[in-house]
Amino acid sequence: MADRLEVLKTYKTYVGGKFPRSESDRTYRVTDRKEKHIANACRCSRKDVRDAVLAARSAFGGWSSRSAYNRGQVLYRIAEMLEGRKEQFIKELELAGVKEKDARAEVHTSIDRLIYFAGWTDKISQVFGTVNPVASAHFNFSSPDATGVVGIIAPDRSPLLSSISLIAPVIASGNSCVLIASVENPLPAVSFGEVLHASDVPGGVVNILTGYRDETVDTLSSHKDVNAVLNTIADRETRKLIDENASISVKRVTHYPAEDWFLDDHENPYLILEFMETKTTWHPVGI
Amino acid sequence: MSDIKTEENINKTSNGSPKPTSPNSDLKLDFASFWEYSPAPESSDFVQIDDRYNHFINGEFVEPVKGRYMKSINPATEEVLCEFADGTSEDVDKAVKAARKAYEKAWSKLSGKERGKYIFRIARMIQERARELAIIESIDGGKPIRESRDVDVPLSAAYFFYYAGWADKLNYAFPGRKPKSLGVCGQIIPWNFPLLMLAWKIAPALATGNTVVLKPAESTPVTALKFAEICRDAGLPDGVVNIVTGAGQTGSEIVNHPDINKIAFTGSTNVGKIIQKSLAGTDKKFTLELGGKGPNIVFEDAPLDQTVEGIVNAIFFNQGHVCCAGSRLLVQEGIADRLIQKLKDRMETLIVGDPLDKNTDIGAINSKAQFERIQNYLEIGVNEGAEIHQSSCQIPENGYFCRPTIFTNVSQSNRVVQEEIFGPVLTIQTFRTPDEAIEKANNTPYGLASGVWTDKGSKIFKVGQSVRSGVMWSNTYNKFDPTSPFGGYKESGIGREGGLHGLYPYIKF
Repeated sequence: MADRLEVLKTYKTYVGGKFPRSESDRTYRVTDRKEKHIANACRCSRKDVRDAVLAARSAFGGWSSRSAYNRGQVLYRIAEMLEGRKEQFIKELELAGVKEKDARAEVHTSIDRLIYFAGWTDKISQVFGTVNPVASAHFNFSSPDATGVVGIIAPDRSPLLSSISLIAPVIASGNSCVLIASVENPLPAVSFGEVLHASDVPGGVVNILTGYRDETVDTLSSHKDVNAVLNTIADRETRKLIDENASISVKRVTHYPAEDWFLDDHENPYLILEFMETKTTWHPVGI
Repeated sequence: MSDIKTEENINKTSNGSPKPTSPNSDLKLDFASFWEYSPAPESSDFVQIDDRYNHFINGEFVEPVKGRYMKSINPATEEVLCEFADGTSEDVDKAVKAARKAYEKAWSKLSGKERGKYIFRIARMIQERARELAIIESIDGGKPIRESRDVDVPLSAAYFFYYAGWADKLNYAFPGRKPKSLGVCGQIIPWNFPLLMLAWKIAPALATGNTVVLKPAESTPVTALKFAEICRDAGLPDGVVNIVTGAGQTGSEIVNHPDINKIAFTGSTNVGKIIQKSLAGTDKKFTLELGGKGPNIVFEDAPLDQTVEGIVNAIFFNQGHVCCAGSRLLVQEGIADRLIQKLKDRMETLIVGDPLDKNTDIGAINSKAQFERIQNYLEIGVNEGAEIHQSSCQIPENGYFCRPTIFTNVSQSNRVVQEEIFGPVLTIQTFRTPDEAIEKANNTPYGLASGVWTDKGSKIFKVGQSVRSGVMWSNTYNKFDPTSPFGGYKESGIGREGGLHGLYPYIKF
């Protein structure tokens, strides 16, 4: 027996830079593989989704108009903060039954992935923007621009690494997002909200909800103020539901199921581009 | 230094040089002595339009399986121009099979260089038959010959020319990745720029190694079938390009065909949403170029006369049948009265009439259905309390013609401000601050194109960054080029066409 009783954390959500409970006041039990209780997580409702979208929309203008250099530094800051708290995350992953070695690898890869995307913020428009040699007397250029609010449906596998692999490319370009965390183990994602909170990320840029997907995905993917959906759930029914909902307001949908979140393939600028528009500006040339 | 305002130095700046003024800056153009233009019809006797057209499948013109035909009307005369095949699922299936076979047996086996040469040939043949195509475009669709001759057809050739060159250079287009073709593309295009939209769709699809089943719009099928002749004459392998004609049902057969890998659609947002929904749960890639309600923002420091020309081009080009039309004018308060007066004066000079007359500025509304739709919006606008002003010009007795129209005294929530009319109808709102202009500009579900008129560069960039639209025309409007990507934010669509960015929708990694 330890001589001191540990203080347990109440896991909440992360919305608009604050840590509210679900408005529904409902929770569900998060257990390890042996059904042992780890924590109660918020079982978010449709209203929670709508509140989170509102927070994301409010944050979008400010975040997308930050300089690319600044966004890069903020992403880098997230990595710094995570590095400093990595033991907490390793422990949280272990609670759910991940071996210490694997948990450490997951946290390390998560940190490095943030660094990877932090570096893209001020390069994406150089690599993927163009100056277009139009035949008329005009100067014409195209550059990528954030699409808006992105709904992210995270998988159960590698809950910290997958969440970060999804959030980082989305916010690097100036989007804001609402992430529905892993159902099996939402705790690392919620704790990641604490890291974001301490990292100069403006409130509302990243919003993290927990709960059952059948109570959140429908509302998130049909919400008219969501511009795009990044979905990792492979099952056909869910995909179809998201696609159909997306058509209500012409959302961009990227289905991105992955078996292995440790692969280097997840580090690529094309994932950033999925959530960017191309804006083309014309101006006459003349005296 | 002299602060004394003598007669002599009132008209001089502080360094002694004369103040820059234009002696005519406030003069009204003289319309009282407005002269009549003599008719200047484009001769069309050398153009052959058959009584009946069939599908173009697997390199041949074939009758529709069910034997049904539809009629294409000349909107300037309301007379039947020709009959064309009404495609059914059987026809679409035949076309898709031909496209699949051509993809597997021929087109995907060709080197990029050889593919490119075929596309170059097509570009050249469009140039060779340019006048014929322009005349047909004007007869079938009602657009002024000046536009079909100077914009639609040369640009169509230019798109093929541009994408031809990409065919053997694709490895340079996607840093770090090797692109692969998709397979068979189903493409559905609108009636406002029939040949040009065909070029936007087919050129990049072929350049990237795909084969095509394309459906032109039911009111403007003829140039697509003339294009089929060009494919045949260019020796393009059978089945690489297939043209199936018909209406919405035929389009739906294409969208839902299981052996199609990609859908490209240009048309209304409503139909776009239906297509996106039909594709739910499938692995088909898709691009959508949908509607718009383009804000055209004029600041007080804009050069007024130039701006008036820009506004006219933004909303009255192609009868306003332009998805990126500048259909919402936002004017800064201080110049609103003067600008609106100048615009009204300019509208009086616009010639509405015979599309084949070289002096015509505004041709015929494309179809009866669209004509009625526009008339309906005119009523809605008036019923909502807007003030309507139309040019007093003469319009022909027969045919579908609409006078250039502006609505003032409208509010942001009016239907004529929020909804795409797709006709020569402009709404005018005013604003005081740049922030108000940006707020109003962004306050629709659309985000295709926008315009900004100002003498100040920094203002252009500020507004350009803040208005969420895929194209931002500054001190110009309605300009297009094959090297320049085009496509919308929000409900105006998904994906880009044109330029390097226009290759993405037709490849996978």
